[in-house]
Amino acid sequence: MSEALAIGAPTARKREPGRLWIVPPAALLALLFFYPLALIVRQAFLDDSGVANVAEIVRVLHSRFFLNALVNTVTISVAATAGCLIVGLVLALILAFVPFPGSGFIARLIDTFIALPTFLVTLAFTFLYGSAGMLNSGLMEAFSLPLPPVDFLYSTWGVVLAEVTVYTPFILRPLLAAFSLVDRGQIEAASVLGARPFRIVRQVILPAAVPALIAGGSLCLLLTVNEFGIVLFIGAKGVITLPLLIYGKAIQESAYQVACIIAVVNIALSLGLFGLYRFAAGRLGV
Amino acid sequence: MSAAAFTGPSVVDIDAAKVRGAGSNVHFDKVSVAYGTHVVLHPLTLDIAPGEILAMIGPSGSGKTTALRAVAGFVRPASGRIRIGATDVTDLPPYERGLGMVVQNYALFPHMRVEDNVAFGLRAQGADKALIGERVKDALATVGMATFARRYPRELSGGQQQRVAIARALAVRPRVLLLDEPLSALDAQIRRNMVEEIARLHRSLPGLTILYVTHDQTEALTLADKIAIMRDGRVCSHGPTAELYRRPPNRFTAEFLGRANLLPVTVAEAAGSKGFATATHGDAVLTGAGRGEKAGDKSLLCIRPQHLSLTADNEHTNRIVGTLREVHWQGELTHLVLDVDGTPVRVSATKLPVALPEPGTKVPLFFAPADTSLLPEDAGV
Repeated sequence: MSEALAIGAPTARKREPGRLWIVPPAALLALLFFYPLALIVRQAFLDDSGVANVAEIVRVLHSRFFLNALVNTVTISVAATAGCLIVGLVLALILAFVPFPGSGFIARLIDTFIALPTFLVTLAFTFLYGSAGMLNSGLMEAFSLPLPPVDFLYSTWGVVLAEVTVYTPFILRPLLAAFSLVDRGQIEAASVLGARPFRIVRQVILPAAVPALIAGGSLCLLLTVNEFGIVLFIGAKGVITLPLLIYGKAIQESAYQVACIIAVVNIALSLGLFGLYRFAAGRLGV
Repeated sequence: MSAAAFTGPSVVDIDAAKVRGAGSNVHFDKVSVAYGTHVVLHPLTLDIAPGEILAMIGPSGSGKTTALRAVAGFVRPASGRIRIGATDVTDLPPYERGLGMVVQNYALFPHMRVEDNVAFGLRAQGADKALIGERVKDALATVGMATFARRYPRELSGGQQQRVAIARALAVRPRVLLLDEPLSALDAQIRRNMVEEIARLHRSLPGLTILYVTHDQTEALTLADKIAIMRDGRVCSHGPTAELYRRPPNRFTAEFLGRANLLPVTVAEAAGSKGFATATHGDAVLTGAGRGEKAGDKSLLCIRPQHLSLTADNEHTNRIVGTLREVHWQGELTHLVLDVDGTPVRVSATKLPVALPEPGTKVPLFFAPADTSLLPEDAGV
């Protein structure tokens, strides 16, 4: 016994080497993330001459361009998320519960959208639905129209449609995972008990998919709030979102304090949504 | 098929009939099921009488669950028709067939309380609130779960969950109750209790027709009025439970339904007016219940292990001699394994001589002619 203590005692006094491993990632994180973030926050409070200017913050937050961008951002992200939820849910239900050959292939094909740059879909949309796109050209030729009849692409709804197309897989993936865990016995039991398909979806399948819907929806909301490429690429007149406004103020107008104030709001919005996502995901075990 | 075309009973009809004493028969008319070119159920013609419990038993892949799923409407027959009562349900979707079903893993809805699980079918069928309340209460009381109405399934044990699943199936007053290996997920003790509870339940609902699919012969023997034994997608025997057990028509049935010693014999004298034939096994001349064998036929004499005795009496007039190989004491029962001219013979005894013979010694075994059955030697099915 005493021998064991004697051997064990010096080991206990040794410094635990594992603790030092926190330093490299923390330093890297501080250098690449927290320091630039702190610079943005600092710049939001200081004018170009380095003097604190809180009045500018109040002015920007009450300005029409900021409020318009905020409303646009929220409208587009909420509409796009709702669209993603609806399209993702319908697609997931079909892929998971309607047996047809090649459903697995289709699911994987939809997955590949995640790997593509977001503006690529917008580019494809321009070819399809743009003023000189295939649809408009075809319609103008077929009906001898002087102007392109389909004109939704360069509006808020064009942005929403592009975001729905790009971000639906972010809903589809967790939903398919959730649906794969739904006990088929429950669906069959419900059916035998007299429930029709719509009731089964509503009362048996959807409750099981709520965690996936919340997690996927939160992630989608987060990504659409910060979407830049799609909005820029479509270039819809008057459709300015917070990321686009930050870009405009910083790069085109060199109004850095204004850009940083809006960036801080955008960051707060994103972190709030991310917190909500983590809370929902953690709470629901996703 | 639209709901309007459904000719089966609605909740209200079933309520009027009160199910008790008004169950429906199930008729399989040459029903076959195939997945592509692979036939999983060969043309099956079978009747389940109103109020009857038919147990379908057989090994995995024998087609028993496929037959049940065809009744439920989850498997579409490649040919043949299925009728429940007067209704041809072959083309009806499951929700229009008026059935109840209980499956192995309970399949309770985890986000619903027990009472909502039980009410699910009634709500789906559009029953009014008062009726739902009454039926839920009745169904839960029937399975002894009335005090658990506000619990969630996760707060119940396996046995309690299965009772709720049964209550949920009964609440809609089904024309036929389908039980698909309902006790397989439970441990042995709870399973024994549940078998007794289902038997009690059927006594209280004598009109309820039950199709019970299981691979457990004890459940089938305890509960079923009739048994259909399935093998390779075919019914290899079908009949009243006791009859099938006492007089198995073939080797597979004899061995699947309980344990059986099958002694190869040669028929010496065909069965007379009393139904007993004489057969020889080596030097032993044995008497057994015949089924039309002729003198000279090779046959198997089926003797259940519990019908073999180490002592002779007026009834146990057949005698064979075997060499004792193994003795297994299992509390209530002692199992002896003997070698009778190369055929392993198992004896299950509740009472044994105080001094058991040593393994390797010759032991005489006695059995009554009435406890035996001759069956064809070569028919696998």
